[in-house]
Amino acid sequence: MALIETPNLDDHDGFYAELLAAHQGLSEDQSQALHAQLILILANHVGNRQVLSEALALARTCLD
Amino acid sequence: MPYDYRPYPYIAPPGLTAPEPRHRVVIVGAGPIGLAMALDLANYDVPSVILDDNDVVSVGSRAICWSKRSLEILDRLGVGAKVVEKGVTWKVGRTFHREAEVFNFDLLPEEGHKMPAFVNLQQYYVEEYLIEAVQANDLIDVRFKNTVTNVVQSADCAVVEIETPDGSYTLEADYLIACDGAKSPIRGMMGLDFKGELFEERFLIADIEMQADFPSERRFWFEPTFHPGQSALLHKQPDDIYRIDLQLGWDADPEEERKPENVIPRIEKVVGHRDFKLDWVSVYTFQCRRLERFVHDRVIFVGDSAHIVSPFGARGGNGGLQDVDALGWRLAAVLEQRAPPAILGDYDTERVHGAEENIMNSSRATKFMTPADGVEHLLRDQVLALAGKAPFARAWVNSGRLSVPCVYPSDGADDPALPRAARPGAVAPDAPWDNGWLLDALGGRAVVLAIGCEISEVSGAQVVSPPISQFVRERYLGDARSAVYLIRPDQVVAARWPYVDPASIDRAVAAMWRQ
Ligand SMILES: Cc1cc2nc3c(=O)[nH]c(=O)nc-3n(C[C@H](O)[C@H](O)[C@H](O)COP(=O)(O)OP(=O)(O)OC[C@H]3O[C@@H](n4cnc5c(N)ncnc54)[C@H](O)[C@@H]3O)c2cc1C
Repeated sequence: MALIETPNLDDHDGFYAELLAAHQGLSEDQSQALHAQLILILANHVGNRQVLSEALALARTCLD
Repeated sequence: MPYDYRPYPYIAPPGLTAPEPRHRVVIVGAGPIGLAMALDLANYDVPSVILDDNDVVSVGSRAICWSKRSLEILDRLGVGAKVVEKGVTWKVGRTFHREAEVFNFDLLPEEGHKMPAFVNLQQYYVEEYLIEAVQANDLIDVRFKNTVTNVVQSADCAVVEIETPDGSYTLEADYLIACDGAKSPIRGMMGLDFKGELFEERFLIADIEMQADFPSERRFWFEPTFHPGQSALLHKQPDDIYRIDLQLGWDADPEEERKPENVIPRIEKVVGHRDFKLDWVSVYTFQCRRLERFVHDRVIFVGDSAHIVSPFGARGGNGGLQDVDALGWRLAAVLEQRAPPAILGDYDTERVHGAEENIMNSSRATKFMTPADGVEHLLRDQVLALAGKAPFARAWVNSGRLSVPCVYPSDGADDPALPRAARPGAVAPDAPWDNGWLLDALGGRAVVLAIGCEISEVSGAQVVSPPISQFVRERYLGDARSAVYLIRPDQVVAARWPYVDPASIDRAVAAMWRQ
């Protein structure tokens, strides 16, 4: 399996809103912690080392 | 009871009065690795001289955790039973975050192995037993208070300069084995780089003596309330001795931290009382480094001189014993001209691979324990936070991945139908056999294991046919009806087949000896 780079999620806008809402009332540090936990939770759920490497690489190219 | 350090006698070496004939092997360093090296070579009938600058065993207990694989190796060197008998056997480790246990592991969940997962025993005892065995062995000449001051190589030998209380002398050796420890003066004499990483962190390591009813487990704490923000480790040893490691931070002053008036209150907080005696205290900064290559013509590096790791994972001494195991049979074969010197390159390749794996694991554990400020710390803290709630996160909690032998890269014949754990490059799994153990029938020579089939003879290897017990089936056959395994003298699987194929067995035996 390769990293899915095309839309793959129902209700994108709803999820985005939920992601923002999850940060409500959190300090900057707490938000960082939330993101870190999310990454770990989702990484475990994806459960595919190769896909995770591709995801990391993709995220990184957007910053370079 | 504190250990009674008795100096071993210095005897003026013959080389002081007249040149000695060239030795086959000179080993520098009578630490655990040099001593084990001499015993391993003696098992292959190779004599050696051991030179050590000191005359007592390890000061301070240093290594305490000896792995199953080390015990199997020490067993072939004649001290395994003693180490197990004296040591504290354990297999369960518990990891805590603050007050709560977040994770525990059982290192040897299955039955049917001669040796336990781990034994805790102070390094000075292991050295004492090894020295006893060395002194009882006619093939080994151990010389205390013999300091190596220079090493040079000619085309066919190494020349060693040695200083003793009675003056200096010179020895020649076909091969010089440098087991002279982490600071290896020989590495320096040869101008070799020791590349790697230093962790900017200090750890207080203490052995205390106390009466306590503490289970035989490894306990590790992240951010315990008794030592806020840092990590702590507690291990039980024989003689009512306990090992305590406390992370101190990079700013700690090692001189100050070593002082009993500072150590005692820290330890009091760990154990909850003051009813203990300090046996040994040291402050360490840990490093992970290795030589690029371990074989340099006539000089071969083994143990800490070749590679060092931080101790979380107990991969230092245990890794060194695996070096010994991988070198002895090959060097013996070279000296007896049964194999070309190129076979020493296999030692180099395999043990560089092993050292890399040990360094990788030790570095990762150390990084998890001592994360850099910023995102490293953030991720570490969130793993710990999650681990209290979600089982999957516990796998990320890294307080040290304990030493297991690596699987060597191998192009030996293989059949994927056979159990993966016994694949070429892996140590042959143990199994009960009558009243003994399968591993006792392997090692020290090449063996062809014929399981569920018959082989009359193989040139260059001894045929051994264990009965098919449930353990042998699980560990060697899987669903196959029969199997043939070629096992090296260090008990590592060289090649395997689900049927008898004499020609390819012969080829594999030849390849093993590089013929
Ligand atoms: C705090 C701590 C905890 C550890 N815990 C563990 C553990 O639990 N499990 C584990 O497996 N490992 C552990 N280790 C690592 C372990 O102690 C080492 O890997 C081990 O001692 C290496 O053995 P060695 O024989 O290679 O070197 P050493 O034990 O250092 O021996 C080297 C010898 O060479 C001699 N020598 C040096 N220079 C000369 C010279 N010029 N001439 C003659 N002789 C010389 C020295 O006197 C010494 O006797 C720990 C280490 C530390 C510091």
